[in-house]
Amino acid sequence: MQPESPRGGSPSLPSRLAGPAVSLALLAIILAIASFFAGDYLQRILIIIGINTILVVSLNLSNGFTGVFSLGHVGFMAIGAYTAAVLTLPVSLKVVNLPSLPPWLQQLALPFLPATLIAGLLAMLVAFLVGLSLMRLKGAYISVATLGFLVIVQVILVNWDQVTRGARTFAGVPPHSTLWNVWLWAVVAVYIVWRLGASAFGRDMRAARDNEVAALSLGISVLRSRLLAFCLSAFLTGVAGSLWAHFITSFSPKSFYFAQAFNIITMLVIGGLGSVSGSVIGVFFITVLSELLRNAERGFDLGVFRLPPIYGASQILMAVLFVLVIVFRPAGLLGGRELDVRSVLRRLGSPRRGKGAA
Amino acid sequence: MSALELLLQQLINAVSIGSLYALMAIGLAMVFGILRLINFAHGDLIMVGSYVALLLQVLGLPFPVAAVAGVAASTLAGLAMERVAYRPLRGAHEIAMLLTSFSVTIFLENLAIILFRPTSRPFPAPAVLRSVITMGQLRVAGLDLIAIAVTAVLLAALTLFVRRTNIGIAMRAASQDLLAARLMGINVNRVIATAFAIGSFLAGVVGLLWSARVGKVDPLMGFNPVLKAFVASVIGGLGSLPGAVLGAYVLGGLEILLQGLLPSALTPYRDALVFAILIALLLFRPNGILGSTEKEKI
Repeated sequence: MQPESPRGGSPSLPSRLAGPAVSLALLAIILAIASFFAGDYLQRILIIIGINTILVVSLNLSNGFTGVFSLGHVGFMAIGAYTAAVLTLPVSLKVVNLPSLPPWLQQLALPFLPATLIAGLLAMLVAFLVGLSLMRLKGAYISVATLGFLVIVQVILVNWDQVTRGARTFAGVPPHSTLWNVWLWAVVAVYIVWRLGASAFGRDMRAARDNEVAALSLGISVLRSRLLAFCLSAFLTGVAGSLWAHFITSFSPKSFYFAQAFNIITMLVIGGLGSVSGSVIGVFFITVLSELLRNAERGFDLGVFRLPPIYGASQILMAVLFVLVIVFRPAGLLGGRELDVRSVLRRLGSPRRGKGAA
Repeated sequence: MSALELLLQQLINAVSIGSLYALMAIGLAMVFGILRLINFAHGDLIMVGSYVALLLQVLGLPFPVAAVAGVAASTLAGLAMERVAYRPLRGAHEIAMLLTSFSVTIFLENLAIILFRPTSRPFPAPAVLRSVITMGQLRVAGLDLIAIAVTAVLLAALTLFVRRTNIGIAMRAASQDLLAARLMGINVNRVIATAFAIGSFLAGVVGLLWSARVGKVDPLMGFNPVLKAFVASVIGGLGSLPGAVLGAYVLGGLEILLQGLLPSALTPYRDALVFAILIALLLFRPNGILGSTEKEKI
């Protein structure tokens, strides 16, 4: 992985805050314009991008910073989605759709925020219990074991009829997710991961990732830093699951399986492991691309002849793209570095002088 | 049925299913031993062979021809996979290889869904494979005996191969130390291609036996069994072929045991339990039952 980018001295507080402030202002302007002028479709894409940003940034916390490559994070997303959905589902619907729910749960209909927080906390608790054992494993073994975790979650979702309606569709979740609350969470997620990455804990994580033995001999508790990252990342993933559930409003266990896992991992790897801004770029790139491909998949007219719909073709193209990126640009588009808004702005302003600043 | 007969019956079941896992585990362990690559797409080789065998039977060819063609298709698909997706990654980080194999899986499964539809199709098997032999109270499926026999023959052949032939010895050398093997003048690309060829050949055989056992094929049929076989081979001791086989039989035994012992309300959760137990075992013996206790070199 890439070494930390050298920073000459510590810049003064206002200039350190300039980059994030500019990004936030830009984001707020984009969202404001979108919420007033953009059509329904565009707004939906922006919401998906926001949710995917949380998913990928939080996955980056575990997979990119600590090198614990979890393939099972979608399991936490599922836990978050189902927990929050069961909590916010209107009582009248619960009585019909989930008749064998325990009475106290059946009569409970929480507002969005507490339900989302509980969803995140539950995902975190599961991550802690699972992580206590999994985080002791090494490299590729963790990946396989987390994939096993995903299968376990899937089997439970499909079979726990009383709570999840089994393999049937879980419908009628109130559409609470909006452009604003999704992006508020996205900003929180990016902020947490970015701050953590720059903190002493973040350095511990990367040290343990790059050389476990050296990190241990320096007194870094590899297990603790891995577990912390894993739990926090599961919390944010659970929150994203809740946001997604209240956005899509009806889903089934199948929504949380390999296809989704692959989707998130593609965004992460293409953006670049270990880089927060890379994650965001990867999310934008892949979400927009897969939306375009999904439309193309339904078939379109090529003047004379009509291309038939080929469902699944977009996944195939994604898989090919993914392999190409791994072969030709293994560190992702940003190569593990962070994009600095100020240097980009400078470069845009005066292309000649900006060259050295990157 | 007496207790002894019941035990024998379940033992045959366990050994038969364990044999199928063993054939998968060997294919995985061989490749992992040399390349440190976890080939998730191994399951899709099983799927490819099964579909080719099914297709030829639907076209009216006799089962033996279809079976040979199916195994050949798996082998070729495995070789192509290595050449196209994995060879460009020689020397890459193990996570990069893992993710590549994940995307190869997504690629092949979606291709199969487009070509053959996502729904499962019945797999016609000849009478021999569907026969049931009755011995007293004991009813043994012909397929179980054939699976056990085929596996035994293949394991014996494989043992001879890795011990006696030049390329087999080269393969073991490569799995001990790839760099040193290369320095000794071993053609590493040929060794790796051979490992893939053998693994995919075995996957083709598993495909036939598995499809005949389940009675149907579908595009995602290979993924779960291979994931289990992989965890099983880790438990046996990853990279060690006898370890992989041992782990696979432990897995077979575990599945049959849970099948028999779980109350019927919990049987749908069997796969979840199997994975949980396998992962727990991994914690107690991270290097596997037969795995070396060698510490990582610094």
